[in-house]
Amino acid sequence: MIKMLFFALFIKPIVFIVLGLNLQGYKQLPLKGPAVVAANHNSHLDVLVLMSLYPLRRLKYIRPVAAADYFFQNKLWAWIATRCIDIIPIQRSGQSAEQVLEACHQALEAGQILILFPEGSRGQPEQIGKIKKGLFYLMQQHPQVPITPVFMRGLGKALPRGEALFVPFNCDVIISEPLGLAINSREFVIHIRKVFDELSQRCLGQGF
Amino acid sequence: MLNIPSHSLYTMLLVLGLMGLASGIQYALRLKHPERDYEELKKRINSWWWMIGILFICLTVSTTTAIVLFAFISFLALKEFFSIVPLRLNDRRVVFLAYLAIPLQYYWVGVGWYGMFIIFIPVYVFLLLPARMVLIGETKGFIQSAGIIHWATMLTVYCISHVAYLLVLPEKNPQAGGLGLVIFILFMTELNDISQYIAGKLFGKHKIIPKVSPNKTWEGFIGGLACISLLATLIAPWLTPLSAIQGLGAGLLISCAGFIGDVVISSVKRDLAIKDSGTLIPGHGGILDRFDSLTYTAPLFFHYCYYLAY
Repeated sequence: MIKMLFFALFIKPIVFIVLGLNLQGYKQLPLKGPAVVAANHNSHLDVLVLMSLYPLRRLKYIRPVAAADYFFQNKLWAWIATRCIDIIPIQRSGQSAEQVLEACHQALEAGQILILFPEGSRGQPEQIGKIKKGLFYLMQQHPQVPITPVFMRGLGKALPRGEALFVPFNCDVIISEPLGLAINSREFVIHIRKVFDELSQRCLGQGF
Repeated sequence: MLNIPSHSLYTMLLVLGLMGLASGIQYALRLKHPERDYEELKKRINSWWWMIGILFICLTVSTTTAIVLFAFISFLALKEFFSIVPLRLNDRRVVFLAYLAIPLQYYWVGVGWYGMFIIFIPVYVFLLLPARMVLIGETKGFIQSAGIIHWATMLTVYCISHVAYLLVLPEKNPQAGGLGLVIFILFMTELNDISQYIAGKLFGKHKIIPKVSPNKTWEGFIGGLACISLLATLIAPWLTPLSAIQGLGAGLLISCAGFIGDVVISSVKRDLAIKDSGTLIPGHGGILDRFDSLTYTAPLFFHYCYYLAY
């Protein structure tokens, strides 16, 4: 309920009126789980924009995967992350790969839609960083679940890493067809990177 | 009724009638040729209904709501411009200042402070933006960014705010009011786009500027010019303080200026190798694609009227 109100009253107006999206391929966005949305990562706004694409009633099935060490730093962040956004927290250090991904497996088995960022962090503004292999290892256990890559541009201009001033820019959101899993992690990473590069060609906006 | 001056009210009803006719024709076409694809036409007409609906509601509620609407259009247009042009990470704070010019510029409009309205962006904002850039200190790409940011603010905020200022000019044609001037400039500009397009489709042969816009022809341009000059001659005395002969001049001015505004924004898009500047208005593209002509017609028509009638 808090999640729906947070998006209806606060996030959706910001995303659609103050920011504004150039949306392509909306019909390919998976509305029913289990599914994975794999997007490039430039800004804290990324996850809010992706979630805003969903109708309010579907929001409770949408679970962004985020770093626990970052979002549980202080109480306000932690409250927003758990109550308003409902993240799946990931411990980035100190655990085995299986333990790290346990909550993701559970969510997929429960038919939820995971939003995750294969680059792992926001990196340099408006640059695609190195794609990590975590997504591959997660999906190995769910070979039937579709992975939908989404490329976004402009949010790293609106609110890049390390900046507190929010400046409105239109944002391109380009949704690709769902992918299958590649034979090994290396192929998979190369493939995702290639899809991001292709999607980025269709953007109207400019990066830095 | 509703406190709208009579001539403006009748014109608004006429526009709604014409829109109904357009929708009717579109519907009949679809019945007659079910095999053809009229999706694009339908989207276009639906978007027109939305745009005209929002405009008429804001114009009827009060002058203030109308001014807020134009401020919002300026914001959308400026944001679209900043999103498609190349900028630097360091320009974010300067861009933010440029956005702040919007509420101020429209505040001058709202209080009718003509002197400030006319110099605020060309003088104060013009001088302030590079000063802010200097404080940030990045000199690589300085000239380009300073040029882009101020030019964008001029086109989308300064130029479009002239439409809003028409609402607060002293009344010289009480039967139409400031509303009449706004309806006149908006619909003459849009009808000019449409009539140039139709004349071009029907008779177009000789290209005017093939490098910028291969679809623009002399026949289209002259067809639009003739059509708008005639219309403006007839309508200007009804909706504005201008006489018929002054209306003819306004028609010529709007038609030529509208053409130039259109191709200026086309050149921007061509330079960036994009077809539309956004996807905000289904069937039309972005807000700049729709308001490109208005950036030129609004200030030129404003000063034409201001010189002749005020």
